[in-house]
Amino acid sequence: MNPVYLGSRLLGALLTLFLASLFTFFALSLIPGDPALNLLGLGASTEALEKLRGQLGLNLPPLERYFSWLAHAVRGDLGQSIRYSESVSTLMFERVPLSLSLVGLCLLISSAISLFLGILAAGRPGRTLDVVLRVVLTVFSAIPSFWLGLLLILLFAVHWRVLPSSGFSGPKDLILPLLTLVLIRTSLLTRTVRGSLLEVLGQDYVRTARAKGLGRRAVLFKHTLRNALIPMVTILGLEFAELLTGAVIVENVFALPGLGTLVLRAIEARDFPLVQGVVLLLAALIVAVNLLIDLLYGLIDPRIHYA
Amino acid sequence: MPNVLSKVATVPRKSVNLSLWLGLILVGLVGLCVLLSFVWLPANPDAQSLLERLKPPSSAHPLGTDSYGRDLLARVLVGSRSALAVGLIAVSLGLVLGVPLGMAAGYFGGVLDRVLTLLLDALYSFPTLLLVLLLVTAWGAGLLPAMLAVGISTVPVFARLARAGTLSVKSEVYLEAARALGAGNPRILSRHVLPNIAGPLLVQTSFTLGAAILIEGALSYLGLGIQPPQASWGNMLREAQSFLTLSPYPTLFPGFAIVLSVLGFNLLGDGLRDRLGRR
Repeated sequence: MNPVYLGSRLLGALLTLFLASLFTFFALSLIPGDPALNLLGLGASTEALEKLRGQLGLNLPPLERYFSWLAHAVRGDLGQSIRYSESVSTLMFERVPLSLSLVGLCLLISSAISLFLGILAAGRPGRTLDVVLRVVLTVFSAIPSFWLGLLLILLFAVHWRVLPSSGFSGPKDLILPLLTLVLIRTSLLTRTVRGSLLEVLGQDYVRTARAKGLGRRAVLFKHTLRNALIPMVTILGLEFAELLTGAVIVENVFALPGLGTLVLRAIEARDFPLVQGVVLLLAALIVAVNLLIDLLYGLIDPRIHYA
Repeated sequence: MPNVLSKVATVPRKSVNLSLWLGLILVGLVGLCVLLSFVWLPANPDAQSLLERLKPPSSAHPLGTDSYGRDLLARVLVGSRSALAVGLIAVSLGLVLGVPLGMAAGYFGGVLDRVLTLLLDALYSFPTLLLVLLLVTAWGAGLLPAMLAVGISTVPVFARLARAGTLSVKSEVYLEAARALGAGNPRILSRHVLPNIAGPLLVQTSFTLGAAILIEGALSYLGLGIQPPQASWGNMLREAQSFLTLSPYPTLFPGFAIVLSVLGFNLLGDGLRDRLGRR
């Protein structure tokens, strides 16, 4: 792979991560008033306030505070959680596997389904199947994930009593959350697949392939699909980000012990170090996956050399 | 065997007006609910009754009652206010901040463009929900933080669109003519550039309204948006979840309301885009 391309992508990823860290840190510095006072309440003693300020580093000027936080963060030390009195990284890494398996499985399943549906729809645009799919996908894009989750609980846990409604004790508890995410994300991904296939089907070389007598199916699979897959690989990066935040909501619907429920508990307790930690971790995961996809992209498509 | 190419050339255009009209009807319905909630309600949306808890739909309560015995229809109607209020304020904020920034970046170019694009791209690549969660942590849960947070998250969307539009009309002859006639930059931007990029902005406004309603719903469902007892579709669903096994109605109706209004704005956006002749 071209080292210039590699370098520019790496630099870009680092810059994005740096901006994200800046943003994560200073968004939480916008808090009106004294965070220590907010946390402990008006009845807190001066010593307790002073201790918490020291613990949160509030006595330092903001920029110094940021750089000290960043210096610790790159070493994996994101400070102590206020609510759980445990280190932020320990709390997070206990919950990473569940969130990532939810997101990873959903990414796999929904890409497979949307590829299948997208090909069906783009193969015969305007036909019944395409129109029906279009209507269904339009309706699905308006359904909030948390409501879909509730409906699935209503059907599978309350009405049919075949699946658990919340909590986590085994893989069975992942079925409904996964189904919720897959249904929501597949509808959007299928639209993209259909769109990018139709765009490629309109290209000159497709007409040439048809003109030389190649069948419709052969054109679709040999010429179109390969080229339509390239933009789809990039979309997977965006999709990963959407899924990760989608999982934050869905985990809360089903009370799964993942990063999403952790960050919500942290927000409720105004546990700033923990909120910062989770948000930074999610941002870092998104940046990492996008970097990976950019590199993959450079391997698949020989036309790309520089950013 | 039917020809792939001839099919591609005639991608369906039949449903174009259907989207626009369906969208208008649904959005009109939401607007009507808001108006109706101010002049008439079937019952006091906050009146609790222990005897009337979790009742199915009946003539007294057309959509049934919730776990406090409150009338669901009244609460769904009142909930339309917060949905639309958050949507409208958030989108206005996005338009007012984003469009001038984007137009300035596109029109003046240079260092300004580079810096603005870098910052807006960073903001854009930051997932909306994370952004909103951060801001809500900083400002506390509630209607106002939710509106501001969703608004800020839409700024880069409008700014990017305005920048792209401005770039594409920047070298048009009519701008040259206006400049030759002595028009200054503020006048050119407001009188000549803005009207020509308004179409895509209008389309995006409709989509963003739908997205804002979804995010507000999610925030209120998570307990970070509009706080009870004030009714919002999101916090109604939050309350309903604890009583899912006892009655499905408090879960069903607020959800329908969200889906129909978001669908309305999405369809309106689709219809407007086709009507305005963009891809």
